Amino acid sequence: MSTTAVSHAVSPAPRRFRFGPLWLAVPGLAFLAVFFLVPVARLMGLSLEDADTGAMTMAHYARIFETDVYFRVLLITFRIAALTTLFSLLFGYPLAYWLARLPEHRRGTMILLVMVPFWTSYLVKSFAWVIVLGRTGVINQIGMGTGLLSEPLELLHNEFGVMVGMVHAMTPLAVLTMLPVMTGIDRRLTQASGTLGATPAKGFWLVYFPLSLPGAAAAGLLTFISSLGFFIVPALLGGRQQTMLAQLIIVQVQEILNWAFAGALAALMLTTALVTCWLYDRVFGLSSLSGEPSDGKSGRKGVLRGLGLAILDALSVACSAVSAGASRVLGQRISARMLGFYCALMFAFLMLPTLVVLPIGFTSSQFLEFPPPGYGLDWFRTYFTSDLWISATIRSFGVAFATAIVATAIGGFAALALARSNSRWRGLIFALFLAPMIVPRIVIAVGLFYLFAQMGLVATDLGLVIGHTVLALPFAFVAIAAVLKSYDWRLDQAAATLGANRFQALRFVTVPLIKSGLTAAFLFAFITSFDELTVAIFVSGGVKTTLPKQMWDDMILQLNPTLAAVSVVVFIVVTTLLLAAERLRRSSQA
Amino acid sequence: MLAKPDQANQPKLLVDGLAKSYGTAVALKPTHLAVEAGEFLTLLGPSGSGKTTLLQMVSGLVAPTQGRLFIDGKDETQTPVHKRDIGLVFQHYALFPHLTVAENIGFPLKMRGLSSADIQKQVANALEMVQLGHLAGRFPRELSGGQQQRVALARCFVYKPAIILMDEPLGALDKKLREHMQFEIKDLHRKTGATIIYVTHDQEEALALSDRICLMNHARVEQIGPPHEIYARPRTAFAADFIGISNIFRGRVECGANGAAHLATPSGRLRIDGDNLANDAEMALVVRPEHIELGSDGENEIRGNVAEIVYAGSETRLLVEVAAGERVTVRVLPGKPMPKLGENVTLSWKPEAAVLVTP
Repeated sequence: MSTTAVSHAVSPAPRRFRFGPLWLAVPGLAFLAVFFLVPVARLMGLSLEDADTGAMTMAHYARIFETDVYFRVLLITFRIAALTTLFSLLFGYPLAYWLARLPEHRRGTMILLVMVPFWTSYLVKSFAWVIVLGRTGVINQIGMGTGLLSEPLELLHNEFGVMVGMVHAMTPLAVLTMLPVMTGIDRRLTQASGTLGATPAKGFWLVYFPLSLPGAAAAGLLTFISSLGFFIVPALLGGRQQTMLAQLIIVQVQEILNWAFAGALAALMLTTALVTCWLYDRVFGLSSLSGEPSDGKSGRKGVLRGLGLAILDALSVACSAVSAGASRVLGQRISARMLGFYCALMFAFLMLPTLVVLPIGFTSSQFLEFPPPGYGLDWFRTYFTSDLWISATIRSFGVAFATAIVATAIGGFAALALARSNSRWRGLIFALFLAPMIVPRIVIAVGLFYLFAQMGLVATDLGLVIGHTVLALPFAFVAIAAVLKSYDWRLDQAAATLGANRFQALRFVTVPLIKSGLTAAFLFAFITSFDELTVAIFVSGGVKTTLPKQMWDDMILQLNPTLAAVSVVVFIVVTTLLLAAERLRRSSQA
Repeated sequence: MLAKPDQANQPKLLVDGLAKSYGTAVALKPTHLAVEAGEFLTLLGPSGSGKTTLLQMVSGLVAPTQGRLFIDGKDETQTPVHKRDIGLVFQHYALFPHLTVAENIGFPLKMRGLSSADIQKQVANALEMVQLGHLAGRFPRELSGGQQQRVALARCFVYKPAIILMDEPLGALDKKLREHMQFEIKDLHRKTGATIIYVTHDQEEALALSDRICLMNHARVEQIGPPHEIYARPRTAFAADFIGISNIFRGRVECGANGAAHLATPSGRLRIDGDNLANDAEMALVVRPEHIELGSDGENEIRGNVAEIVYAGSETRLLVEVAAGERVTVRVLPGKPMPKLGENVTLSWKPEAAVLVTP
């Protein structure tokens, strides 16, 4: 980058800034080192220590494989994560494809139908599925009511329930990860394949699909890693047979206080996540995670590539034949609309369950009936008159606000530093700031719990803010980095030639121009914290409960309509903030 | 069918009233056009003139709102793009980034179900033709802009489509490379005898390459003809202005009693020739800079002050202010006496060197 060279020439004392603009990332690096790297490493260390003597031992790992119980949980976790990934990709790909081909302004609107479910609290989503799938749930009532079902279906507390909840939770993530790569594919390439004689099906498989593959793989990576650490969905929608690793870790820490064994389980989860990342990097290169088109790696010559092309050839021929047959049977008009029809179904799948919760918040019944027999504000009254709920709500807002400010400041300076730097450490620092998104939350949360226990930060608001900032940092960082990507640094140089010093240039030129990006970062960080459960479960210590923590406790104990009322509030707060953030993000890119 | 008597005269491409509109926005008014086999036709015009729309409808990427399109006498209006026997060279090449050079060029052959042995042979020939044999295994991003352009050309010529369409193919290259590639395209055209329709907004490129130029403006054809004809005999002020440098004098026709006609312009009363001139009609007189002489040899004479002297290497251009805001460009060849800035000069030209056009 020549910009850096020029700005050095402007700078009065270039030698003092040998580390260059990267100084700005130092607060973030220090923060992540203390509250992310150290606790995770310490937890890993614990797993290798004998609890009494501190001597090194592999006993905790051996224990996992000694009895059938833990090993089964491992297998179930991998199985559910793998299946979730598979289905999220299968269901998400056509949706992302459809979105990518829309004209830009329409895509901006339609994408909200994925964004809203993406940011909707997992607790609200799982709660919604309990209402929809339960024995007296929406589906069974409709089925029985219309006479289609003679007895209620068992849709909950089994693998089916977990899979529905998991796929519903993960498909938005898959779609949103694939989309940037797909929109980056030059439309003219598909047109070119047409003019060169390829049928639409062949053009798709031989040109579009291989180019979209890095995006699909990135989506697979993120869904798999996120699924590995899940506990809300299996806890609420699964049965004993669907216990996942994260649930086991929670039990070990909270009930048995066996830190070392929890550490060993966390290490297994982390290792799996990192190995998956490594595999992905070997094949596709991590750069495609940020939505950039595939770099050198995907085009490598070799057996793998030859095999891939051969498979695509076969697929293209088969699909070409099938689609020719289909359009003959169904007629051109219907087959052209199939994709749109499918996407409408998917949007319904993603949005409807949450919307079911809304009327139940206003029910007059004592039970979670749908449709509600009558309407009233009783449950909102219960919510707003309960000290427990209100203090949790206030704490959630306060913690989220503080988190958003800290995360935006730290993330903003870090993004600024990386945008200006061309140091060889750049890639590594970039990866570190994204790492809290990759490392399963449960691992971070348990690690922080141990650290905070020693620092006396358990059951403090500060502890919550620190923990949430670790998790929100990647989102704030990415939002600001995206705006800075299109920022014209010559404006800073112009400001410098006009007599502004670095601080003045930042204060009067850069910050006003990226203001919308900063606000978006603030809002995303706010939502992340407002929604956060994993850290809260441990760090709140049962005293300083946040809104999601309170919801979680209630859901485990007893489902009740107050939860629906709370869900309505959470849903409205999050959706409003999300829409505001999206609007800002978009106006900043225009 | 085979023994149709007019087969020989049948145009390769016949555009019969093709038009396109998006809602109320008209992208192309009904257009008629015939392209002969082996012809190099250029669609020239400013952006938004409809040339790309016309090209895309010929290619099949855009469906026309009305009209029909014949290739070799066969109605192809409804034929989907992949079944139409056309080749399209895209502005930014549209090479498949995940395929090697050889695989890119082999792609259309594969789509046509050729055996891999045949594909290999023809790809090798095509690579030979554009002198890229040594780069067959490279990926597009490993090539320079000019090389990518040649791959795009090879990918198009390799399957010998009935018509080859080129959409500003040299737009992304720098000037020097552009001129070089013009020769290559002309050479390919000569070697293969392909029918080529070429879109550009660069008049020099159009003049250098084409058998005929189809000049477009405001979503319709302005004038069509061989380059020298369009340059020497423009029919409208737009055509004169768009191609080459023109001095355009706008004014009203005054028909004299003895058949002599004049154009009353802000720069003066100019003598014009022409039949059927209507008195008081709005017309414009076009005079190319190379036809204007310093001095009073010609029949038409105007005076003005030298406002600017522009040195352009092989020639020098004078901008002479002949009326307030009206400047005339005059070409002075090296070795001729050069007036000074601000000097009052007389300009003249022969009436036959000027062309009367609609304004």
